[in-house]
Amino acid sequence: MSVKVKPDICTGCESCVSVCPFGAIEMKDGKAFITDACTLCGACVEACEFKAIEKDIEDAGPAKDLSAYKGVWVFAEQHKGEIASVSLELLGEGRKLADKRGSKLSAVFIGSGIKDKAKDLIAYGADTVYVADDPVLKDFNDDSYAAVLTMLATQHKPEIILAGATAIGRSFFPKVASTLYAGLTADCTVLDIDSATGNLHQTRPAFGGNIMATIVTPNHRPQMATVRHKVMKPALRNVARKGEIIDVKFTQAGAVRTKVLKTVDELTETVNICEADIIVAGGRGLGSQKNFLLLEELAKVLGGAVAATRGAVDEGWIPYSHQVGQTGKTVCPKLYIAAGISGAIQHVAGMQSSETIIAINKDPDAPIFNVATYGIVGDVTEVLTAMIKKFREIRG
Amino acid sequence: MNIIVLVKQVPDTSEVKINRETNTLIRDGVPSIINPYDRYAIEEALRLREKHGGKVTAVTMGPPQAVEALKEAVSLGVDDVVLLSDRAFAGADTWATSYALSQGIRKIGDFDLVIAGKQAIDGDTAQVGPETADMLGIPFVAYIRKIEQVEGKKMVAERLMDEGYDVVETSLPALITVVKEINEPRVPSLKGKMKAKSLKVAAWSAADIGADENKIGLRGSPTQVVRIFPPSPRGQREILSGSVEEQVAHLAKKLKAQSLI
Ligand SMILES: Cc1cc2nc3c(=O)[nH]c(=O)nc-3n(C[C@H](O)[C@H](O)[C@H](O)COP(=O)(O)OP(=O)(O)OC[C@H]3O[C@@H](n4cnc5c(N)ncnc54)[C@H](O)[C@@H]3O)c2cc1C
Ligand SMILES: Nc1ncnc2c1ncn2[C@@H]1O[C@H](COP(=O)(O)O)[C@@H](O)[C@H]1O
Repeated sequence: MSVKVKPDICTGCESCVSVCPFGAIEMKDGKAFITDACTLCGACVEACEFKAIEKDIEDAGPAKDLSAYKGVWVFAEQHKGEIASVSLELLGEGRKLADKRGSKLSAVFIGSGIKDKAKDLIAYGADTVYVADDPVLKDFNDDSYAAVLTMLATQHKPEIILAGATAIGRSFFPKVASTLYAGLTADCTVLDIDSATGNLHQTRPAFGGNIMATIVTPNHRPQMATVRHKVMKPALRNVARKGEIIDVKFTQAGAVRTKVLKTVDELTETVNICEADIIVAGGRGLGSQKNFLLLEELAKVLGGAVAATRGAVDEGWIPYSHQVGQTGKTVCPKLYIAAGISGAIQHVAGMQSSETIIAINKDPDAPIFNVATYGIVGDVTEVLTAMIKKFREIRG
Repeated sequence: MNIIVLVKQVPDTSEVKINRETNTLIRDGVPSIINPYDRYAIEEALRLREKHGGKVTAVTMGPPQAVEALKEAVSLGVDDVVLLSDRAFAGADTWATSYALSQGIRKIGDFDLVIAGKQAIDGDTAQVGPETADMLGIPFVAYIRKIEQVEGKKMVAERLMDEGYDVVETSLPALITVVKEINEPRVPSLKGKMKAKSLKVAAWSAADIGADENKIGLRGSPTQVVRIFPPSPRGQREILSGSVEEQVAHLAKKLKAQSLI
């Protein structure tokens, strides 16, 4: 496959140069020239109004026999036996994909002492649950988690495997994809399936959220993807659903190369910010640790979680596990209240897909207002105090 | 202790802006930088060398101009560099990138640890580290925020997780990815800058690293980007007015209508 410029048609207008996300088009003798940096995304093909750029698709690598691959799988993540909410969202989405394709939905459940929870996964839409329940699987370990999933996928050949874009999912899924020579797309926000070919159209943000890219895996199976929290609707629970639970014998292959010596919880509250529907976030504009407590109070009133900018984390007001942004977590709650946050791109990258954003800042030109649904220009302590009072009244 | 650091040259995405009229990326004047996470990887490698001796080699796969990232690594104190550059690598996704890097690392040979950044800020995939580890057949530990101890063929480190952190022990050689919390990267020294200036790098081609041509570049990549488009702009925004009480009351009404409170 390649992207080519037809020099006789190219007018040298340079519109392709500015649309190329990878800076891979240069002008040579007044004509566009595609350099080695090209990733064949085709943005220039669409942009050229003279149809002077073409993408040809022959020569697309060795195809496997794809017809042997069937069914949609979801890696059902659990923490201390609790099924992660993102996994329920994936079961909801997986069910839709499987139905469109007329295939089955299965869940892969890995841990220790989790067997009796497997029927929950059936209630949430799985037809089959593969359970690997073993004391050696108590802690998350890349080698053993990957070994279980790789073994099952090799045996049963699913067409699609999904996981949450969590610390765990994003750590061990690549190892599975590497071994299976499968395509893996990280951190998707939209999935769609071509019901005829089974090709999964995976859409995800790139370049710090500045652009969206749609990715497909036409010649390899399984198609693997990790999916962000909160972007898909969770499955509804129906205890009457029937399904099959299959025990998976796990034998640790080879020597144990890594092991968890200790696990430390650092969240100051029980809600993981990635899973919260409402987030109250604070930045350096709060001015002090004491003011930061206002956030916690507001979060309590709203039943939400507290998050922060790197600025606030650097001040030592809250641990890093609450940081949102490029070097922190990506969140997508229904409501995000940004208090005393300037709206630096690195922060915005982690929260801009929130459904409703309220920004409070004393500076009317603060960039955070560009992504806000509602903006309040004012002093953060004053506004937070008024919010706590008002919302408490309403909630009773 | 011989350490290999994986370094990627990326466009500075915080400088990338969208032209709202044409809905395209404005790339003019966007500088190329070392992926910020890879700076932490370089710094950690240098600190381990200072403590345990040995050698640090920075490896990158990219177009010829990616040599600039390697020069910067040298200015920071890296001993040796390897540039994997070949037209045949073009269009590589994370699988094909990892394959090329793993072949390059095999050719370098003797190493105890490979350090990569948690993710690259252009693609944000965080997949090249773990995939490269798998292809090298060595253990992988993600999101390291602190290396507690290295002793013989063993390392103990803290891995950042969604709820807190794990203390993980791994055998060496291993591949780890690092997060920002791990250190404060140094600035280039004058001596380093001089060394970087005179640096000559001969690129390794696909043939040099014995790469299977079906596994590199676009041909070797399972995934393909089929479309790039701007994110849909956020809906109407509303800047509230009136007294603080009035604004908050207005907000309460809106949120109630959305069943948020
Ligand atoms: C590689 C890299 C990665 C990064 N990753 C992240 C990341 O993951 N997450 C992140 O958050 N940042 C990240 N940053 C940092 C980011 O660039 C900003 O520095 C940071 O987000 C700023 O935090 P802040 O908004 O709390 O502070 P500031 O930028 O200092 O903003 C404070 C705001 O509060 C307002 N304010 C002050 N007093 C009041 C008051 N009394 N009432 C109302 N408003 C008030 C001010 O007008 C100002 O807008 C990263 C930076 C780099 C270089
Ligand atoms: N082309 C490359 N050359 C060298 N290292 C890379 C390359 N691509 C990715 N890496 C390394 O892998 C990490 C994760 O990248 P990514 O999977 O692209 O998010 C980066 O921080 C780098 O350390």
